[in-house]
Amino acid sequence: MVVDNIARTQTERDLTSIPTIPQSERIAPISGAAVVDVQDFSAYYGAFRALDGVSMQIAEKKITALIGPSGCGKSTLLRCINRMNDLVDGFRAEGRLTYHGQDLYDKGVDVVEVRRRIGMVFQKPNPFPKSIYENIAFGPKVNGIKGNMAEIVEHALRQAALWDEVKDKLQQSGLALSGGQQQRLCIARALAVQPDVILMDEPCSALDPIATLKIEDLMRELAKEYTIVIVTHNMQQAARVADYTAFLMMRQDRAGELVEFRDTDALFTRPRDKRTEDYITGRFG
Amino acid sequence: MILTSSNRQMTRAWISRAFTGGTFLCTLAGVAALSVLLYQVLDEGVTRLSVDFLTTLPSRFADRAGFEPAIWGSVWVMGITALLTIPIGMGAAIYLELYAAKNWLTRFIQINIANLAGVPSIIYGILGLALFVRAMELQRSVLAGALTMALLVLPIVIIVSQEALRAVPSSLRDGALALGATRWQTIRGQILPVAMPGMLTGVILALSRAIGETAPLIMIGAFQYVPFSPGGVTDLPDCASWADGCPLKSRFTVMPVQIYSWAARPQEAFQQTAAAGIIVLLAVLLSLNSVAIVLRNRYQRKVRW
Repeated sequence: MVVDNIARTQTERDLTSIPTIPQSERIAPISGAAVVDVQDFSAYYGAFRALDGVSMQIAEKKITALIGPSGCGKSTLLRCINRMNDLVDGFRAEGRLTYHGQDLYDKGVDVVEVRRRIGMVFQKPNPFPKSIYENIAFGPKVNGIKGNMAEIVEHALRQAALWDEVKDKLQQSGLALSGGQQQRLCIARALAVQPDVILMDEPCSALDPIATLKIEDLMRELAKEYTIVIVTHNMQQAARVADYTAFLMMRQDRAGELVEFRDTDALFTRPRDKRTEDYITGRFG
Repeated sequence: MILTSSNRQMTRAWISRAFTGGTFLCTLAGVAALSVLLYQVLDEGVTRLSVDFLTTLPSRFADRAGFEPAIWGSVWVMGITALLTIPIGMGAAIYLELYAAKNWLTRFIQINIANLAGVPSIIYGILGLALFVRAMELQRSVLAGALTMALLVLPIVIIVSQEALRAVPSSLRDGALALGATRWQTIRGQILPVAMPGMLTGVILALSRAIGETAPLIMIGAFQYVPFSPGGVTDLPDCASWADGCPLKSRFTVMPVQIYSWAARPQEAFQQTAAAGIIVLLAVLLSLNSVAIVLRNRYQRKVRW
């Protein structure tokens, strides 16, 4: 315990003693079009500030990874993009978070339409306790998407690289599938409502390495058509799949802050900020 | 020798066995008491059970006393109670559990519902007498009885339904909302199907408790001697046809009240009639419970865990 405490204060001293580099050097602009633009965005749960002044852009048809130690606010940021945090009592947002130029937190915005366009895959696979078919068909049905439902279901399952494994058992429970298959079912379910952006909240943290690789391959494939944002604990995963990476960290007042954001190669090979370097080299976190 | 028991181990093995035995005895006590009661009632009442008993009106002669008005009275009162409590109770539970903000007002309502569920049923009888029978001038009618029963059952239905809704994992709600479903579509499509078996079980158990309630109905003035049946509409003294609001406006008695009135009589023969009434009431209760089980299984099959 004693050793641990000393070690922690050591790191903290190191971190605070570093002269802060100007934000413009830590947060790089993206090349190409931005789907989501975050400007000086803060999020609060009651009196607790979970995110402070985050500014970054999400590039169209690219994969953006959010990394950082536990409690740094990366999931909070992700869940702000499709307003899932509205479900948390006492949640409040400040600053701008725009989607194709439209402020997501404007009064006139329809949350339901936001979530139709910005889909989400959760940390723990959460198929509905229904058949595989009904799992996929629910989204298109509630959104009034017209067309042959069987074709919609097949298309979504093919996109999620799950069709060949389940085509003969569409009437079986979605929960009878393995963990990796369940997660791909959830991805297929999200794709079936024809979203534009897909948010993934540590989608592989409950999966084994082989299932993880399958999901990563799938993400690369999907990035040709969709904009993807992924929260991950796993730095290797971010390095493998992401085009851009954002590194967030908790400050001493426990508010999450965006430390560095740039394209993945640059962030991992030439981090500008000492904290980023310490984190990716495994010195803390 | 490393695998033999020391003294300490012998003691704890003995305690473990004693505990198993003790809990078994506890189970046995309940079952035994129930069996004895059941045997006594069956033994006493079975000779009086007949089709006539179910289809004739009560009489001052024990061997001719029938149960029909009480059966029909219970059917009407419980039927209307169910119609009132199921939508209102489930609706309130859905609002409190899924829509209401978690603020002091919700907590205040919540605490009060929990308190109401613990209020003795006779109090509901007094309330029913003052509110429905007198203030609303419903008289001592089926409707006044059903409304009183509805008040009595409602808090229980709300609490049980809330429990069932709370047991649905929030990941299902999040999953549906994240697909662009509205709150209602999420509730209708994902939450209710999963919660329904639990809600139905609770509702039917609450209703089967109400069907045995005597005190509040005596309080609002359920008659102990009803020489007519609200089941057959045309020959009632209070009203001539359905158009007059029968059987809602009709005077009535219910099974437990009738049984109580019989059991209170001094004649030995009426004890047998009362026992026969208890058997019928038990049979109705058991069939209500089996309906609960069937419904639960039906809904559980729709959900594919």
